[in-house]
Amino acid sequence: MSSPLLQARSLVKHYGSVEALRGASFEVSAGEVVSLIGDNGAGKSTFIKCLSGAEQPDSGEILLGGEQVRLDSPTTARALGIETVYQDLAVAPDLDPAANLFLGRELKRRGLLGALGMLDKAEMRRRARAEFSRLGVNLQSLDVPIGALSGGQRQSVAVARSVVWASKVVFMDEPTAALGVVQRERVLDVIRKVRDQGIAVVLISHNMPEVLSVSDRVEVLRLGRRVARFKAAETSLEELVGAMTGALVQEDAA
Amino acid sequence: MTSTVAEKPTEDDTPRRRPLRLRLASANTLWISLVLLALIAVFAAINPGAVLTLFNLQTTLIETSVLLVLAVGMTFVIITSGIDLSVGSVLVFSGITSALVMNAMSPGGDSTGAGWGVITVGLLVALVSGAAWGLLNGILVAKAKIPPLIVTLGSFGAALGAGELLTGGSDVRTVPDALATTLGSGTSFGVVPNLVILAAVVTAVGAWLLGTTKFGRYTYAVGSNEVAARRTGIAVTRHLVLVYLLTGVLAGLAGFMSLAYFRTTTLTSHSTDNLNAIAGVVLGGTSLFGGVGSIIGTVVGVFIPAVLQKGFVIIGVNVYWQPIAVAIVLVAAVWFDQARRRARNSR
Repeated sequence: MSSPLLQARSLVKHYGSVEALRGASFEVSAGEVVSLIGDNGAGKSTFIKCLSGAEQPDSGEILLGGEQVRLDSPTTARALGIETVYQDLAVAPDLDPAANLFLGRELKRRGLLGALGMLDKAEMRRRARAEFSRLGVNLQSLDVPIGALSGGQRQSVAVARSVVWASKVVFMDEPTAALGVVQRERVLDVIRKVRDQGIAVVLISHNMPEVLSVSDRVEVLRLGRRVARFKAAETSLEELVGAMTGALVQEDAA
Repeated sequence: MTSTVAEKPTEDDTPRRRPLRLRLASANTLWISLVLLALIAVFAAINPGAVLTLFNLQTTLIETSVLLVLAVGMTFVIITSGIDLSVGSVLVFSGITSALVMNAMSPGGDSTGAGWGVITVGLLVALVSGAAWGLLNGILVAKAKIPPLIVTLGSFGAALGAGELLTGGSDVRTVPDALATTLGSGTSFGVVPNLVILAAVVTAVGAWLLGTTKFGRYTYAVGSNEVAARRTGIAVTRHLVLVYLLTGVLAGLAGFMSLAYFRTTTLTSHSTDNLNAIAGVVLGGTSLFGGVGSIIGTVVGVFIPAVLQKGFVIIGVNVYWQPIAVAIVLVAAVWFDQARRRARNSR
């Protein structure tokens, strides 16, 4: 394994008296898909929030490319090339796919009109079309509000938006949870394509066959700590479930 | 809807200039425009001699100008899924501060003979007064997270109260003649009232801002999904403050226009301006749920009550039918909007 691109060491996070993370560690390298699994309440969501800047850990350190970073907001994380795909509430349903893809990163026209804030809609649409086709996101139309698309297409756009802008790491929190079989395969294909471009992908999923099929490695979180690490090719469903439930413990994992 | 089917998007590589979103948004606008045209046609058919006269056109446009300026600001607020009930009171307050300052700058406290220097200061005072209320609304809504309905209900009362405190409860009736005869009742190009030109310019700039700029795009995004907008790094709080500020400035401008037209501060005549503006905006296809709307729709929506009012007078129907007719069209418009949303969200 090459040196990790993003590394978390002994993160601790309390919510009042609840200890969501108790010294959790994690690493992911460039060009690698790592799945983060764990039972409900294992601390996955909190962990991802800390690593994507949405929450700040109480203690522990986060290293990006070997250097310690402070992710005090999602904006800071994004500026460092870290993007997140959320399970829900990820898109503006009344805007079209191109507007959603470029949301917060709009292209302006050149010259005076651009200085006045006027958008270059044609260029954004052209690029959106190119990016969607590169990532294999098929939309019947780029002209409808995204709310008029199916759930799977909406999620595909949300995934595309994150991977288009991520230069280093993409976090995906249950990106396929609401999808049908075909759409799910499309999203997994997108994940592989992103990995092949040298981006680190961190996947959270409850779907073990999906985890085993798309990941290079799997890290297991239990009660706020890392309890096991596997190479996806060398493990099995039973081992993963055993680690999640506490039946199987690797001594060196934490 | 046949036109939508005929223009089904093609999968060619050249980006289309006019996205379907706009065409769909304007489909609402299209229907309400047809309603407006039908109204005019019906009134014209009943009394052809009286309806389509220059005088009727001029007065209808003038009487709608001030409301239109309020409604342009209201469109932005409603697209963010907010509301601004304070616009009428802010209009009155701005007119009062403007008139009082112009009087204070004139000999004997009477600005009737004042020149353009004083009038310009008066305009600035009106705009700044509106901006102050808008800023207050925006900060309370966006930073303190108080529901806009409550915030602007508060400033609706407070702005009028503050205005009455300043004047002792009676109207200021001294307004510069130069202002009243140019902006108030003057015309350009022979027949076009200056007040209408100003309202048209404001509307055009508003339509440009909403439809083509980043500011407009963020206005839709915040109203469509505030959480998603925040997550993509849009400064949602700042944007909301700016939207309420814009609406306040436009209410200030409307106050100045009203002052020029009526030559008085019209303390008691604007208590329902907020509702008229909201009705116009919603009639024009802007959704109270946010994320959807257009300025061109607002223009059409604002003219429907005005045309009904005028038309009922001309054809001799009791004008008290007007609010009832507006209410029916308004409720129908919102019902269509909700049905459209349900159809979409059921996917």
